[in-house]
Amino acid sequence: MAYTAEQLSVMDSIISRYPRKRSAIMPLLHYVQSIEGYVTNEGIELIGQKLELATAEVTAVSTFYTQYKSKPVGEYHVGICTNTLCAVMGGDAIFESIKEHLDIENDGVTGDGKVSVEHIECNAACDYAPVVMVNWEFYDNQTVQSVKDLVDGARAGNPPAPTRGPKSLRTWKQNSAVLAGISDGLANEGIQAGEPSLLGLKKAKGGA
Amino acid sequence: MSIQELGTQSQVEVEMITCVIDGFEITVPKGTLVIRAAEKLGIQIPRFCDHPLLAPAGACRQCLVDIEINGRAFPKPQASCTIPVENGMIVKTQLTSPVADKAQKGIMELLLINHPLDCPVCDKGGECPLQNQAMSNGRSESRFEGVKRTFEKPVPISSQVLLDRERCVLCARCTRFSEQIAGDPFITLNERGALQQVGIYEEEPFDSYYSGNTVQICPVGALTGTSYRFRARPFDLVSTDSACEHCASGCSMRTDVRRGKTLRRLAGEDADVNEEWNCDKGRWAFKYEVAKNRIKSPMVRDANGQLQEVSWPEALAAAAQGLKNSRSGVLVGGRATIEDSYGYSKFARVALGTNNIDFRARRHSQEESDFLASAKLTATYKDIDTADHVVLISFEPEDESPIVFLRIYKQVYKRSIKVTNVAPLASRGSEKLKANLIKTTAGDEVQAISNISGLTSKSVILVGERISETEGGLSAVLKLVENSGAKLGWIPRRAGERGAISAGAIPNLLPGNRPITDSAARVDIATAWSVDSISNEPGMNTDEMINSDLQALVIGGVDPMDISADAKIKLSKKFIVSLEIRQSDITDIAAVVLPVAAVVEKSGSFMDWQGKVRKFDSAVDQTLNRSDVRILSMLADEIGRPINLPTVKSARAEFDSIGNWDGSVNSMKVRSAVAVKSVSADEAVLTSWRNLLDKGSLQDGEENLAGTARKSMIIISKSRAKALNVETGDHVRVSNSYGAITLPCQIGDIDEASVWLPRNSLNSQLIRNLGVVSNSVVKVAKA
Amino acid sequence: MSKLTPVLSASWDQADSFTIDGYKRNGGYTAISKALSMQPDEVIQLIKDSGLRGRGGAGFPTGNKWGFIPQGDNKEHYFVVNADESEPGTCKDTPLMMANPHVLIEGIIIGSFAIRANHAFIYIRGEVTHVVRRVQQAIEDAYKAGLLGKNILGKGFDLELVLHVGAGAYICGEETALLDSLEGFRGQPRLRPPFPAIAGLYAKPTVVNNVESVASVPSIISNGVEWFTAMGTEKSKGFTLYSLSGHVNNPGQFEAPLGITLRELLEISGGVRSGHRLKFWTPGGSSTPIFTDAHLDVPLDYEGVSAAGSMLGTKALQIFDETTCIVRAVLRWTEFYKHESCGKCTPCREGTWWLVQVLKDLEAGRGTEADLDKLLDLCDNIMGRSFCALADGAASPIISSLKYFRQEYLDHLAAGKCPFDPIASTLFDTTGVK
Repeated sequence: MAYTAEQLSVMDSIISRYPRKRSAIMPLLHYVQSIEGYVTNEGIELIGQKLELATAEVTAVSTFYTQYKSKPVGEYHVGICTNTLCAVMGGDAIFESIKEHLDIENDGVTGDGKVSVEHIECNAACDYAPVVMVNWEFYDNQTVQSVKDLVDGARAGNPPAPTRGPKSLRTWKQNSAVLAGISDGLANEGIQAGEPSLLGLKKAKGGA
Repeated sequence: MSIQELGTQSQVEVEMITCVIDGFEITVPKGTLVIRAAEKLGIQIPRFCDHPLLAPAGACRQCLVDIEINGRAFPKPQASCTIPVENGMIVKTQLTSPVADKAQKGIMELLLINHPLDCPVCDKGGECPLQNQAMSNGRSESRFEGVKRTFEKPVPISSQVLLDRERCVLCARCTRFSEQIAGDPFITLNERGALQQVGIYEEEPFDSYYSGNTVQICPVGALTGTSYRFRARPFDLVSTDSACEHCASGCSMRTDVRRGKTLRRLAGEDADVNEEWNCDKGRWAFKYEVAKNRIKSPMVRDANGQLQEVSWPEALAAAAQGLKNSRSGVLVGGRATIEDSYGYSKFARVALGTNNIDFRARRHSQEESDFLASAKLTATYKDIDTADHVVLISFEPEDESPIVFLRIYKQVYKRSIKVTNVAPLASRGSEKLKANLIKTTAGDEVQAISNISGLTSKSVILVGERISETEGGLSAVLKLVENSGAKLGWIPRRAGERGAISAGAIPNLLPGNRPITDSAARVDIATAWSVDSISNEPGMNTDEMINSDLQALVIGGVDPMDISADAKIKLSKKFIVSLEIRQSDITDIAAVVLPVAAVVEKSGSFMDWQGKVRKFDSAVDQTLNRSDVRILSMLADEIGRPINLPTVKSARAEFDSIGNWDGSVNSMKVRSAVAVKSVSADEAVLTSWRNLLDKGSLQDGEENLAGTARKSMIIISKSRAKALNVETGDHVRVSNSYGAITLPCQIGDIDEASVWLPRNSLNSQLIRNLGVVSNSVVKVAKA
Repeated sequence: MSKLTPVLSASWDQADSFTIDGYKRNGGYTAISKALSMQPDEVIQLIKDSGLRGRGGAGFPTGNKWGFIPQGDNKEHYFVVNADESEPGTCKDTPLMMANPHVLIEGIIIGSFAIRANHAFIYIRGEVTHVVRRVQQAIEDAYKAGLLGKNILGKGFDLELVLHVGAGAYICGEETALLDSLEGFRGQPRLRPPFPAIAGLYAKPTVVNNVESVASVPSIISNGVEWFTAMGTEKSKGFTLYSLSGHVNNPGQFEAPLGITLRELLEISGGVRSGHRLKFWTPGGSSTPIFTDAHLDVPLDYEGVSAAGSMLGTKALQIFDETTCIVRAVLRWTEFYKHESCGKCTPCREGTWWLVQVLKDLEAGRGTEADLDKLLDLCDNIMGRSFCALADGAASPIISSLKYFRQEYLDHLAAGKCPFDPIASTLFDTTGVK
């Protein structure tokens, strides 16, 4: 696919955020994913041109970071935390049953292209374990059943809202644009903090 | 980024540091790394990622040692390749520290867990740092019982380099070399963690002119040369120090031979010239020595016009017969060794009694002859190291003298020095040097040269042989040098040209740069040669000889298509004695053909662009072949005017004894610029140079090397592309009354009035196809 | 009276705590008026005097770090916030930025002013979209309010702040890897020296501070050194966020003075999962050697934890009860380190590859007691031999678990399998998962 003039100018504006343009490579890779869903060769070549880098240098960066995908993922990319704490508290069981439920392996995508599954490392929400991320939005305190419902809803085009996040779940491409630093205006949606985040404060105030 | 070099002493006084390594005190310059200081004591700390010419990485961790400074010990072993010595430092290597020894053995064990241990089938086996150091600094047995990492192998990352990721220890020498030394970051470390691997971007191979160096510095068998793969064991090879015959950069080389056949050539070490690098042409272009069309026996043309193999005496007699008493001259070609050039020079003057001799088998001019006889060429590699500004004039170092390029790039990378390039377009090399481009139309360089300002005595001006294609160019260069005090280097493409000038293989100079017009100079040489006198009659240059009514010519290694389209026809009218190694266009028209040795088969020396001489011995013993000078000496005997140079050694001794001219030299006759050609909208001024890898005859027979050559493209400007309604990749036709070339175009940062083509590449051999190489108006059209 | 001292989290229970209005209503953006009226060196001195230490794990004094930046060097300086919170168990900066990004921005303005930086970056991990939204919005709102950009509050100080979103690499929490990543390279650690204070981002003097450290600055400026130093212990001053997770009845964030104990925190929060008992825990994330129920009274400050043989780290208190298999827990952490090893150096890259294989065998009950010694020897060959501290972190759980639970490893070997029921350790063990 060819990038539109508007998309190319967005790329230029991303580059202009930085004192040195090479720094823009990561947001540009996120941006390529927001347009194409994953890091395509075209994206690599375009970023190389924009930043005056060899394509090998762009490849070296894109393959280092796990969020950059070398092949398409689902419209809803489900990350199940299987780092020790989440794994022990249920993440392993969730991961195994969801793979079976969707009949895909780790890094697999459902035939309809709607859902992909990956086991992920600690996502900084341990007080909400077990944690599942969809398009890098928080789904806290998950169970096998809740995640089955989640992926079923996603396949039906009706995923539940994140626990701490916008009112409704956005797609992989839409959220990739946010990671590229392009605002979607949804920052004010959702709660400011979940219960565990507030627990200490509540206790300090003499709450139960 | 700091790059530490072996044996480099800066000119300013360096602070010295004293430390203790394994109980021995050593004093070294400040900044010396511990691993290097230990080397000076003869203590070998094992290492993989460390390389003295690359920025330290500290990645492999093989060189861990225990260090304390003024009584304070580091809590854990330190990588000795990253830490500079300090006063009061006490270092304990594996020899004296059990902790360091265990640390090193531990690292080695880890390096080997995923290594395939396929030494018996690995090209590196027998000269492998991993193999050697696993023996010297490793455990005798691995405790690894798990599953090894596997990768598809080998992967061709270019047509000439193969990658085996299983053998790789991820030292990053190759990737650092590509980025820091060559400026070609086409191989990188990809993925991460245990899956980290060297790789290319899938659509773009490792087509760097310097890729072979990565094979040489790879400390394991991960990068191997396609042509050498599975060919030999290092211990079956006989190595000879040699000099590269491909260009005037002057590389030290090593030639490895098995059973009389060259199997590989490696970069040798010379801190003053090529450091430890060379280019891929120097490394891999040697198959021409064993080409099928090697001439093995003397030949004489018979009455039916057919060349017949004859004995040496018959051939020499026939040659002498044709040369005796005829008006004759000598074309040497630019590839002769100093000794051979000297032989030709003396042969012309003594045996033929003429100053008709020229080494220039390329475009040349009288202005250039004058320049070469009068200019002081003082620049050296070391001057580039300290330069504030390097000016390139009609010279593309990456294509035309690749080690000069590396040396400039090094300073651009390290010190961001200024580079100015007077050229019609920004070449890739020029872009890598971040050069300030003074865009000129071919033939219009004089004004641009005259306008250069801001040069100092620290500046270096490097001018290429192509400037002779512009009238007044060299005059302007000399003026610039005079006005600025900058150092001047003249860098021809071919390895023999500087030596040929010095040997007097040019009409206006006698050996040792003696002006032919100076009677004292002539007396010098007449005395040395024990002849009555040397003719002061001005000799002819190459063009003049070809166009003259001379009856006979002795030609040594010349391709007439390097000179002009009609050179062969014109030469065919003369009695030609050809000294050559392979069948050529000259063979077709020669009356007598005398086979000579290829470079690896003989001893000799080359003078690089700095004027530095590198001697070499024969790497391959071939009794049938002999150096040109020896044949010339026999031929002179046959003519009856001996030159008494029966061996290379004798030629070298005699040439050395003559020494350099210390008398006055003629000042250069200043030429002014000629008017630039005007072009209409559908025309352009042709400009070109030779790509490093092209159809050059010494690259014959090495397809893997040819596979990495830059694709032949016609470079046009953006506005011309718009006018022609073409985009990059579309075909464009360049033509004149002689012929035409059609190739894909590339839109580049090129002078609006110009069009660029490679001078001698696949489907773009300009003399053959267009009859001209530059400074000539051509039609440009969409194909 | 609770021992808890909510400062950073004090406003988190207000629905608009993350907005600029909410922040200002709670007294936000008043510390910068004060700080920008001081001399930059005075600000540095104040932070030095407060004794604030880095909350990202290493505990280096923040004021000293600022003081290392050369002044009057005519170079650009950079202020970089490490918001790449990825250490397993660590979950404090993420809720902080979600609930109150402006306190971080205020801290950045003050810190940048102090070190004379006119350009600041927040390097946030890429796997937290909504936090990215919140911080991005906060930056935009701060620009609109004249708190960022040119001539902030009319005090003649300029600051550009850019949010840089990572893309999944734990190693980028290491400050030099973070800088390489921010420059657009692979996030692999750099050689030191030179240290970032001399040659950091774009080879210019740079401070890299953790989110919590920076967010603590406005309150110190506002309330003064004495207020801050009244909290905490002799060498570990002030308050901090403790993150309690795992097999506890009420996991969550608890802001308390440094030096509180796990016993106290468990008492406040509601204890270990009912019906179970504490088996092992991490004081500061998976890279810190584990503790057991013998360490309930270790003061959780830099010195106390260190004296007991571990590190305060990120104060990520991951609690595991007796249903948890230590070998499984350690294997999983080791797999994490293998996954996150950057690949640059041999011991980390190859060592984690090997450790995972050894631990997998042990978890499955394969091997002999000699394999435990081999495992320890491998750790000895990895720890302290690598380029950065990641591999040390990988060895820590293994070494400490063998110290406290060697018998449990042997039990696996004796049984020829893992003797634990993995379902018993899940939160939903009663929900009838097959």
